[in-house]
Amino acid sequence: MISFDRVTKKYPTQTRPALDTVSVEVAKGEFVFLVGQSGSGKSTFLRLVLREEKTNHGTIHVAGKDLARLASWKVPGLRRQIGTVFQDFRLLPNKTVTENVAFALEVIGRPRHQIAKVVPEVLQLVGLQGKGERMPDELSGGEQQRVAIARAFVNRPMILLADEPTGNLDPATSVGIMKLLDRINRVGTTVLMATHDAAIVDSMRRRVVELEGGHVVRDQSRGVYGYSH
Amino acid sequence: MRFRLVLSEMMIGLRRNLTLTLAVIITVGVSLVLVGAALILSRQVDRLKGYWYDKVEVTVSLCTNTDTQAPCNDQPATDAQRTQISQAIAALPEVQRVYYESKQEAYQHFRDQFKDTPALINNTTPDQLPDSYRVKLRNPQKSAIVISALSGRPGVAEVVDQRELLSPLFRMLHAFQKIAIGTAIGVLLAAIALIVNTIRIAVFSRRREIGIMRLVGASNLYIELPFLLEGALAGLVGGLLALVGVGLIESVLVHGQLKPAFQFTQTAFVTWSDVRFIGIELVVLGVLMSTIVAFLTLSFSRATRV
Repeated sequence: MISFDRVTKKYPTQTRPALDTVSVEVAKGEFVFLVGQSGSGKSTFLRLVLREEKTNHGTIHVAGKDLARLASWKVPGLRRQIGTVFQDFRLLPNKTVTENVAFALEVIGRPRHQIAKVVPEVLQLVGLQGKGERMPDELSGGEQQRVAIARAFVNRPMILLADEPTGNLDPATSVGIMKLLDRINRVGTTVLMATHDAAIVDSMRRRVVELEGGHVVRDQSRGVYGYSH
Repeated sequence: MRFRLVLSEMMIGLRRNLTLTLAVIITVGVSLVLVGAALILSRQVDRLKGYWYDKVEVTVSLCTNTDTQAPCNDQPATDAQRTQISQAIAALPEVQRVYYESKQEAYQHFRDQFKDTPALINNTTPDQLPDSYRVKLRNPQKSAIVISALSGRPGVAEVVDQRELLSPLFRMLHAFQKIAIGTAIGVLLAAIALIVNTIRIAVFSRRREIGIMRLVGASNLYIELPFLLEGALAGLVGGLLALVGVGLIESVLVHGQLKPAFQFTQTAFVTWSDVRFIGIELVVLGVLMSTIVAFLTLSFSRATRV
């Protein structure tokens, strides 16, 4: 589903590459933690998957497409197959929960009746039934992140990227969010989650890819956050 | 594409930047009025030229006994000279038509022209006025050939291209036109700078929405269309203002001032149909200009592009 083949990414203003000859394969339906310190290259990895950035060397395939050869007018099509969640939720403060989720469908031109049908469904899925008319600032952090997940998932993407989704949440709330991501993964969505949260990684026992200084230093199929050897 | 949604985004953007949008509309309007004034002037020059060039001709004045300089030397033109001159004129290929104005006819015109100053008429006899050939050219631009072919002949006192008499007027109109165009360019640049900044501010104030749109895969067109429409609408309103402006110029200046002042040249002025045409040009220009500027602004700003 996602394949990095000797990918190097260097930002023009920096001397050291953010990612250095990174090769990673993520199969369809996998749940992968991307761990590492700040500046290890996790965010760059996710930005490359979204084609927010282009590689300097190496090739990336996402959902069967070679991103280097993908025409820029086809990038929106790629992003419609990827849902993305961030640490800071990125909700629109002047729209209700329902409107926030519907916005993602409106701007890609989905018909109104379809939006009216699927938005309540996905709110139900993330456990926000009955809160559709609330404004984001009336919700707890965990609930806001659920809205963000609903928005990312409402278009039923093949891939869900999560960049520190529990970074702003307390441990109990984080567990709820992880359960939700796990459920989304179980219906066949490939989930790639960058995180610092050792407790979560340790408890989930999923594949862990660790980055350090732009290199992959560990790739374990049922890993924990810290070194296990 | 959900057009109502795009339209509502556009209206939100316009309201959010109302003062700036007004500034854009006014500068676009003012600059286009100036462009329109320049166009009206150039149309006016064409109309005047068309009118006068139909009337004016090259005048070949013949010698009288008061012309002291060569080739006259105080001798009035003889009939033999008249015949020669007439034949020479008829032989020129540039000449379309020629007619002879006798001293008596010249005196008649003179009396008409100076009927308000009888003293001048009383002191003038038909004999003092030159008879002349009035020459109409196929192409008024070629008067120099005719003038050089005829001046200096025996019996010819003077050859005058009457078009030359109008050239100060046309020079003045051209100068006005240049001033209008120069000012128009200045205000146009201000309008463009304002549009660029308005679009950038509009993009900035909606950066959160734009970020999400890009993330969920909205197309470039969908993201940019509200801004382009904002620009187009401001340009349209500015253009309509300019349309009203040139309409005012026509009704107040041309119909209110010029026409009553110069009753004898009714056809020589810019007409309503000229102004209608110019006004439509201005509206189209306003929409095109602001849309293109908005488009270029968006193309150079990374915020809206994938």
